[in-house]
Amino acid sequence: MDWLFLTEVSLAGIGAGGLYALTGLAFVLIYKATRVVNLAIGEILMVGAYVFFGFSAGLALPFWLAAPGTLLVSGLLGAGIERTLIRPMLGENPISIFMLTIGLGSILVGLVELVWGANPLRLPEFMPTQPLFLGEAYVSPKVATAFAVASLVVTAFLILFRFWRGGVALRATASDQAAAYSMGIDVPKVFSLSWVIACMTAGAAGMLVGAIGGISPTMGVFGLSVLVVVIVGGLDSVLGALIAGLAIGLLEALAGAFLGGEYKTLTTFSLLVLVLMVRPHGLFGTHEIERL
Amino acid sequence: MDAAARSPETATSNILEVRNIEVVFNHTVQVLRGLSLAVAAGSITALLGSNGAGKTTTMKAISGLLGLENGAVTGGEILFNGASTLNVKPHTLVRNGLFHVMEGRHVFEDLTVEENLTAATYARTGASARDFDRVYDYFPRLKERRKGLAGYLSGGEQQMLAIGRALVANPRIILLDEPSLGLSPLLTEEIFTIIARINAEQGTSMLVVEQNAAMAFAVATHAYIMETGRIVIDGPTERLARDPDVREFYLGIGEEGTSRDYRQVKHYKRRKRWLS
Ligand SMILES: Nc1ncnc2c1ncn2[C@@H]1O[C@H](COP(=O)(O)OP(=O)(O)O)[C@@H](O)[C@H]1O
Ligand SMILES: [Mg+2]
Repeated sequence: MDWLFLTEVSLAGIGAGGLYALTGLAFVLIYKATRVVNLAIGEILMVGAYVFFGFSAGLALPFWLAAPGTLLVSGLLGAGIERTLIRPMLGENPISIFMLTIGLGSILVGLVELVWGANPLRLPEFMPTQPLFLGEAYVSPKVATAFAVASLVVTAFLILFRFWRGGVALRATASDQAAAYSMGIDVPKVFSLSWVIACMTAGAAGMLVGAIGGISPTMGVFGLSVLVVVIVGGLDSVLGALIAGLAIGLLEALAGAFLGGEYKTLTTFSLLVLVLMVRPHGLFGTHEIERL
Repeated sequence: MDAAARSPETATSNILEVRNIEVVFNHTVQVLRGLSLAVAAGSITALLGSNGAGKTTTMKAISGLLGLENGAVTGGEILFNGASTLNVKPHTLVRNGLFHVMEGRHVFEDLTVEENLTAATYARTGASARDFDRVYDYFPRLKERRKGLAGYLSGGEQQMLAIGRALVANPRIILLDEPSLGLSPLLTEEIFTIIARINAEQGTSMLVVEQNAAMAFAVATHAYIMETGRIVIDGPTERLARDPDVREFYLGIGEEGTSRDYRQVKHYKRRKRWLS
């Protein structure tokens, strides 16, 4: 066995896994706060990538304007979706809301195709391009940068959830909505906030994914792998999204390199089935705490 | 507002007035039919009645939580501090000093004890470590377990946490729905002792719903008894405790027999006088 090759493939896989984890976090945030299974997360990521393209290539803005601009637009998109599509549906059958997000995904693809066309495009370079070596192993500088950014954002989240009062309010709302209302938490505001933050996160992930692989209206299929990640990790578990994200990134890379590209999906979905059979709530998903 | 029906005295001394409210769920099921009650500022007032009478619904109507269950106040008026609470958002009511401790405790199980308390400070500005310490003074056991998950607390400790969350929010009135639910007599006694202390020391008004009527009579100065959506009897607890009907139908219900309940009543009266 070629250890160097194995190491390089693994590092690339873990790098990609960082992006799964980041997008998975966006998914988990919405699910945790509002119990909405948002199947449009991949398309929201795609919109983020195109908005960045619009700012940086279309308007030729420098990175330090285009990136915050992208986050801002993604956040507004989240607020808009929550206010106009999701909130009126609260209390409806979860399946209806789930279907609604599928529809939303298609609408976003259609809108992007209207504005930018269906052909793949390249984002202007904004990441370092010098080759990077960990020991002897080559690491794509873009993947390394994306991984570093994803790790930073995820860490920031974990800190906010634990120490920021708004983060505690969000977890409280996720834990017991009626009780959150009863103690003065503005629950609709928490819902809105969770969509805003989640869509900003997905937008950031879109920039990173687009910088590595280019952008196209179909790049939302990234969301499918993310769905596997959050189901394996547990729909409401931040930690689960992190670990499952890295693991599935790694697994896909190994399967692709050693078995062939067509085995990637087979391998990840086999893992999905396996995990669900052993742990129906995912690896870290919560059911109720059994009181001792 | 019909000024004639309000004597000047009640207008100034009631922190909460519920006037003739009607509550309907799902546009069809009427649960409250013209219910009225008042809580004098600084008092503990009890709301009693059998299961399904509408006590919890009354509290949700006051705190604005009915909307969550597709329920609505379709008639009457609710005044907190003289201002209508109808159409006021629940979190605004909490900010104004009205806190509802829900039936069944509803602690955030996957948050720590401390985080549960933090969540309750969301509506107010300037909560400090002193507010947390005040809670821990009343409930030292919560302090010991403040880093632990609330879901692993015992039933009694969860009730303490539920009351503790009300305390950190520093409200003017607490609505307490069945604080003794599922607790042992000993724990119930402990909880009610602290409720009386909070009322006496913090001056917090309280409206308490309680199955254990004897216990409620022991701490409350005024009580309302309701049946199927309306008040049937009310008065000072001292008088109600002597009323033959009340004795038979409400105080006699206690599983362990009337005599034992009465001893508890006297015990609590004494204790309350000593505390206040
Ligand atoms: N969300 C709801 N929808 C429909 N009916 C309800 C709802 N909540 C309570 N009720 C009905 O209202 C009545 C009073 O309930 P509740 O206020 O919980 O009584 P209590 O607290 O006195 O035991 C019961 O008959 C109950 O079935
Ligand atoms: Mg009840």
